[in-house]
Amino acid sequence: MSILGNRVLRREDPAFLTVGAKYTADLDSPLLNNAAMVTYVRSTMAHAKISIDASEAKDMPGVLAVLVAEDLDGPKILAGGNPAFPKPMLNRPILAIDTVRFVGECVAVIVSETSEQGADAAESVFVDYEPLPVVVDMEEARTDNVLIYEEVGTNVVFDFSTNGMATGITDESFFSSCDVVVSGRVGHQRTAAAPLEVRSTAAAWDEDKLVFWTSNQGPQGVKGSLESFYGDQATGGVQVIIPDVGGGFGAKISPYPEDILLPWLAKQVGRPVRWFETRTENMLAMGPGRAHVHQFTLGGSKDGKLSHYRLEVLVDSGAYARLGAFLPMFTLPMAVGVYEIENVETDAITVVTNTTPTEAYRGAGRPEATLTIERAVELWAAEAGIDPIEVRRKNFLAADSFPVTTGVGTVYDSGDYERSLDLALEAAGYEELKKQQQERRLTGSTKQLGIGVATYVEVTAGPAPGGSEYGKVEITPEGKGRVYSGALSHGQSHMTTFSMIAADQLGMDIEDIEFLQGDTDVVTDGTGTWGSRSTQLGGSSVYKAAERVVERARSLAADLLEASVDDIVLDKTTGSFHVAGSPSINKTWAEIAATTDDLNEETREKLLCSYPFGTHVAVVEIDTETGSVRLERMITCDDAGRIINPMIVEGQRHGGIAQGVAQALYEEMIYDSDGNLQTTNFADYGFISMAELPSFELVPMETPSPNNPLGVKGIGESGAIGSTPAVQSAVLDGLSYLGIKHLDVPLTPEKVWSAINSMRVNREA
Amino acid sequence: MQVTITINGETVSHDVEPRTLLVHYIREQAALTGTNIGCDSSSCGACTIHVNGEAVKSCTMLAVQADGQEVTTIEGLADGETLHPMQQAFHECHALQCGYCTPGMVMAAVSLLDENPQANEEEIREGLEGNLCRCTGYHNIVKAVLQVGSEQ
Repeated sequence: MSILGNRVLRREDPAFLTVGAKYTADLDSPLLNNAAMVTYVRSTMAHAKISIDASEAKDMPGVLAVLVAEDLDGPKILAGGNPAFPKPMLNRPILAIDTVRFVGECVAVIVSETSEQGADAAESVFVDYEPLPVVVDMEEARTDNVLIYEEVGTNVVFDFSTNGMATGITDESFFSSCDVVVSGRVGHQRTAAAPLEVRSTAAAWDEDKLVFWTSNQGPQGVKGSLESFYGDQATGGVQVIIPDVGGGFGAKISPYPEDILLPWLAKQVGRPVRWFETRTENMLAMGPGRAHVHQFTLGGSKDGKLSHYRLEVLVDSGAYARLGAFLPMFTLPMAVGVYEIENVETDAITVVTNTTPTEAYRGAGRPEATLTIERAVELWAAEAGIDPIEVRRKNFLAADSFPVTTGVGTVYDSGDYERSLDLALEAAGYEELKKQQQERRLTGSTKQLGIGVATYVEVTAGPAPGGSEYGKVEITPEGKGRVYSGALSHGQSHMTTFSMIAADQLGMDIEDIEFLQGDTDVVTDGTGTWGSRSTQLGGSSVYKAAERVVERARSLAADLLEASVDDIVLDKTTGSFHVAGSPSINKTWAEIAATTDDLNEETREKLLCSYPFGTHVAVVEIDTETGSVRLERMITCDDAGRIINPMIVEGQRHGGIAQGVAQALYEEMIYDSDGNLQTTNFADYGFISMAELPSFELVPMETPSPNNPLGVKGIGESGAIGSTPAVQSAVLDGLSYLGIKHLDVPLTPEKVWSAINSMRVNREA
Repeated sequence: MQVTITINGETVSHDVEPRTLLVHYIREQAALTGTNIGCDSSSCGACTIHVNGEAVKSCTMLAVQADGQEVTTIEGLADGETLHPMQQAFHECHALQCGYCTPGMVMAAVSLLDENPQANEEEIREGLEGNLCRCTGYHNIVKAVLQVGSEQ
């Protein structure tokens, strides 16, 4: 019987639970003996001309080197984002050159014997700032009244419609055939990825070989970046090792300037170097996510059929254009969500601001698409006087229409959105909840109930059309399995899931599978883990590689057994090969492996994207006297296709849900008008704790994807995509009796109380 | 300054700077890296250990304050090869993903149940509020702690 589909406990756990995982800061490689510590000096102003006097710091105790941009004869610029972006915005200085553009930007670097000495010396680096005008708000930046890059002449990084990636916008006649039209502005706040492990990196030169350890989501991209800077010096090659990683959530996809400079610093001081940032530095300088403002218009007929949708996206790239600047590539193709809307117009523009450059964060463009269309549907239903649940049912892409091409031209693989809605509503007891809500309204309770529903679809292994991940399976001389994966588990449990996939194919116990990742000398190809891609791409490659190993083994067994290969079968219960019908005469994996020295197969299966979907129902209690919102229940039906390990998939859903709830209610990176980040630690940033959450009620549903051999879809981000709009709609549902129609997330007590109070004031006036 | 601390049953002496935090001492001088650092503001709980059997965020204490005390870290929790019931429950309930909050979370949870062996869900959520996790949504952590409580 197949192990797939079972709740197999994690193979990762024993070490994590007893001695702790080995994160980059924990490494004790001999190559890091006598390592010096690296400390960055960061800008305290958001936009200024700078001059630096580092002379005093150089004489501080334990200081080996203090360097500024003009000292760098190695890496100076780290280009991120898309080559089509204007060069000055793309070319981020590793240490600021003459100008700083956000608070937290590196202006100097110190190498010292200890971190404490580095911190002391950093205080003695004197930076003279000549302030320049600051623009923090992306809508203000869009006006170009304050320019961050005079030489570019605009704050616009990228216009998706002029680059053929959006349809562009016509005029109001677009909606002329609609009976009911609503439009609005929807904000998606700036959020911190906030992995518990901050950024951490180490570099050593082993003669002419560069060895580099870092907390990142994919080693090959880091290796490529390092080769572009150090390829000439690293004649012995570049080895990137990613040990255990304490969470990434998208913010650790791209290497940062602080990482890239380390090998050069190691050369300067003739010693290995290590860098482990503080949480404050992490909040200031690791790429945050979201930071979108959307304008939407939705039109349809008075009987409830939607027909026209317009979405205009504005994205805050921060001071330099990195991954965040390009994320509408995920938002626009998912603009219409789960709905059949034939006529769609889109546009997206990214602008620079004097803030930390944005990166990907759990969902990366899809939560924004979902939240806006779900808000639009709720507001449209209210305008049309129709129950929003009924509007959803009337407009869902039909279960029998898959694969289906949406109004924006995206091809969804499989789905049954109405069934996910039915299952979630049933589990929630929706009708009963509505009755309870009505009772509280009638009694004038100060604890009002709100029920919110969001049905979502997202794209995983994107962007479309799809992608690939490296996988290799080999049989050791002992007859055990060994899996090499180019994906990079940093909490996702690939060791367990991928071992299950290989064990199932090879007829072995999962304990007989060795799992390898994260060392470019060991796993020589690969991409990495993000965008909910790994099981469908990486898992499928392991699956196919294992299948081909079995085929080769059958052929080798046929020779040993002097039989026709067509008659040879693998008995998966014993892990041995025999002629069909004659199990007593068999050959084990070890016996077959002994006949060859290369019983392995590798592949990069090229696969199409998949489209997970589901429905989330949130139940909130709103204290109308304080504005505080308590999430009472969270019921989610998430369909990620076939499930390899339900325990792990549920864990991914839980984590995503919590982050989505956090975005709905608490978390926001806030700047003052001078560009100072106000939320620089976990005391000021509303990082969600367990006291603010209930246990979640998960409803299972499995609609296989036809787009990969395992039938799986991604699940890493779905939780964060459905939950934010569900909670937002729940709060607004709870407040609707007061006439409140829309509030942007996060729905903090202050925001909710202010809205309640202003409606009371209006009524009394 | 010279400190003598019993860590995981073993008494060790080191020379420490007066400003050294206990967490830095544990990680760097005692070379026990299971205890992690997750923030600068004593908000995250990743560095939670036991001092004389009670949970303490080891970033809130100086190493010199631990002089003569008994410290237990995650490395000292299991009984040889046998996991502590809390470690076992975390494994069975899938209460960890990336593992970074885990040592601190486990130590805090053990201490919570020492004080309140039959803690209910609400008490667990209030009691462990100071330990942050970014991966699990806390669902399975609460489940694991409830499981240990019900077994006692």
